[in-house]
Amino acid sequence: MLKEGAIESRLVAGPLVVTTWPRSFLLPPHSRGKLLRDFNQSTVVVGHGYASFQANRRSLISFSDDVSLLVVLIDTNPFFWSTSSSSLNFHQFVSHVLVFLDLIVRLSQLNQIVVIATGHNTCDYIYDSSLDTDQVTGEGELPALYSFVLQRLEEFVDKDEKLGAKQEGLSEKRASSLLSGSLSMALCYIQRVFRSGPLHPQPRILCLQGSPDGSEQYVSIMNAIFSAQRSMVPIDCCYVGSHNSAFLQQASYITGGVYVKPQHLEGLYQYLATVFAVDLHSRSFLQLPRPAGVDFRASCFCHKTTIDMGYVCSVCLSIFCKHHDKCSTCGSVFGKAQLDAASDRKRKASES
Amino acid sequence: MNNSEKKRMNGEAEEENEEDVEDEGRDAWERTYTDERSWEALEEDESGLLQPIDNKAIYHSQYRRRLQSLSATSAASRIQKGLIRFLCVVVDLSKAAGEMDFKPSRMAVIAKHVEAFIREFFDQNPLSQIGLVIIKDGVAQSLTELGGSPEAHIKALMVKLGCAGDSSLQNALELVHDTLHKIPSYGHREVLILYSALSTCDPGDIMETIQKCKKAKLRCSVIGLSAEMFVCKHLCQETGGSYMVALDEGHFKELLLEHAPPPPALAEFAIANLIKMGFPQRAAEGSIAICSCHREAKVGEGYICPRCKARVCELPTECRFCGLTLVSSPHLARSYHHLFPIEPFTEISARQFELSRVASKTCFSCRESLLTPGTNKAGPCAACTKCKQYFCLDCDIYIHESLHNCPGCESRRITPAAASATKS
Repeated sequence: MLKEGAIESRLVAGPLVVTTWPRSFLLPPHSRGKLLRDFNQSTVVVGHGYASFQANRRSLISFSDDVSLLVVLIDTNPFFWSTSSSSLNFHQFVSHVLVFLDLIVRLSQLNQIVVIATGHNTCDYIYDSSLDTDQVTGEGELPALYSFVLQRLEEFVDKDEKLGAKQEGLSEKRASSLLSGSLSMALCYIQRVFRSGPLHPQPRILCLQGSPDGSEQYVSIMNAIFSAQRSMVPIDCCYVGSHNSAFLQQASYITGGVYVKPQHLEGLYQYLATVFAVDLHSRSFLQLPRPAGVDFRASCFCHKTTIDMGYVCSVCLSIFCKHHDKCSTCGSVFGKAQLDAASDRKRKASES
Repeated sequence: MNNSEKKRMNGEAEEENEEDVEDEGRDAWERTYTDERSWEALEEDESGLLQPIDNKAIYHSQYRRRLQSLSATSAASRIQKGLIRFLCVVVDLSKAAGEMDFKPSRMAVIAKHVEAFIREFFDQNPLSQIGLVIIKDGVAQSLTELGGSPEAHIKALMVKLGCAGDSSLQNALELVHDTLHKIPSYGHREVLILYSALSTCDPGDIMETIQKCKKAKLRCSVIGLSAEMFVCKHLCQETGGSYMVALDEGHFKELLLEHAPPPPALAEFAIANLIKMGFPQRAAEGSIAICSCHREAKVGEGYICPRCKARVCELPTECRFCGLTLVSSPHLARSYHHLFPIEPFTEISARQFELSRVASKTCFSCRESLLTPGTNKAGPCAACTKCKQYFCLDCDIYIHESLHNCPGCESRRITPAAASATKS
């Protein structure tokens, strides 16, 4: 059910044409900047005393093998959140995630968290627990972490909207978020942690994604996945959208992470706490959800249908479902040596 | 560091003997001690421990030079790369391979690095195949057949291979020519020879063999471990390969790994073809079948050939019964970054950075400060030509060597309207 005033849409014959940026997908209608107050009323306050953990953190030098660095990629794509028909709206989702982040911090004083937001037009860092500027203490009804992250998220969504306002409008049926951007940023951050010395926590990436896969990002996402596989960084995913995401299933399978699509989204925090809160070393002792059947079949370039037998161009590796005479991607003529083909083209051009 | 230490030790021993003999006209290795005085570059920190020498800047400038040379050759005219490669690695196990100038012996060093090379090769070229050939006692033998599985080759290398006798380049080339003659026409034929000897004992005219290889479109490259030889140089020039001589173990590893990414392919070398390939599905959990590779009953994991429904254990492979090449889409995706490479970043000096007046002086991707530690001035950094974001030097190296995505460009959304506006 769409919220009043959430999207202005004109149903044209054919795909849904979204012309304006969906406003107030974060909040109940006619209230901006009220995120903190609403959040306060709708969630359980998990207690104070967060500040004292921060002080003790830096005095310990050695890292045992159950210390983790968790990079969380949060999907803030408004085109998904305003149209999602499931029982979870954006600020319930954020409340589950914030309590989960607090859990990670409490499990070990040395755990580090980095939060990166995946928007529709841009991606940015939201929170880094190891930065001095992000250490917040404070009194109040909410723990300081929550209000800090919420404020930064709101600033990010405003920035995302401003960048989107310059565009004339999209005609995509399903608008995807910029997952490849935030994955690349997460991997660069993890490389920086690797460079910092022999003592570092074990990094992993958790992707909280709901938007559908954007096929234009396939090559970039696969590059990021292979780089993560090389650096041995698992990519976990908790998918809150409607249909399974093939890209993220492949990512978890190739890098050795866990892919979960929760059946009951009201209990999202339970899925996060039981599956994703545990560090990498202890995962071998748990029974984690197994991949139900990752589909590695390719889709052909001409019809975008999945095929299980096809033809591959030996020059550019494009996949076709039927035999062609010429490759549409690289222009190579099949069956002839390239020089002959080039001279044929020149001859034809000079004749015409 | 290793290299300079080794040279220093050797140099000091020789210096004592030859000091009396040569008074003037210093050799290059002597000049490195008197003029450069590399020991003065060592520094101690406040607790008396040696500080590592900052070779970050040197590393980055070497990396950029390599990148410039690569991009200069490929950017000129979209040169194709041979993605489906059939490579024969020829290892010279003559008496010269038992020399101890590489510790513990040349043969052990070669075996270690060829194993790393094979893994890297299959990582970058999943659809390609490797075959191993050894030269011993003047005769060339094939150690493993052309195959796509790294484990078989590495297992064959780990066996204790003795070295003896003479080395024969012509016999090796004949064997490789016969092996690579049978492969399909769309594959690129390559030979990599790791040559330690300083001579070759051939039964016939090696120049004829070289011409035969050239006509068969074999691209032969040689990595020498002792000294430069004319016959190797001639072979590489004729066939279009590269000839390098390794100075020490680190340099040898670098030269070997340079052959892992696909080389630029000359258009007439391979005929473009549509290869029929199958994309098998994973077998259902708990299903029992006899796998075609091990001839044993296996439960669960495995793949089913779409044409003949035989079960195979791993991909990529060729189905034993119907001959269909079986791959999965990530294998093809591993090669896409060779086809869509990212542009090298431009280097920004400290002065340009200060003039640019950027809001945040941190690297866009890792958020590390771009200012040199301890001061307020900006260190060297790199910027992307398309998205104009600034990156630190380490991220620059990581992005171009491993990630192949620019985080700045990936974090922007370009609408079709804007894209066509920039093109026109």
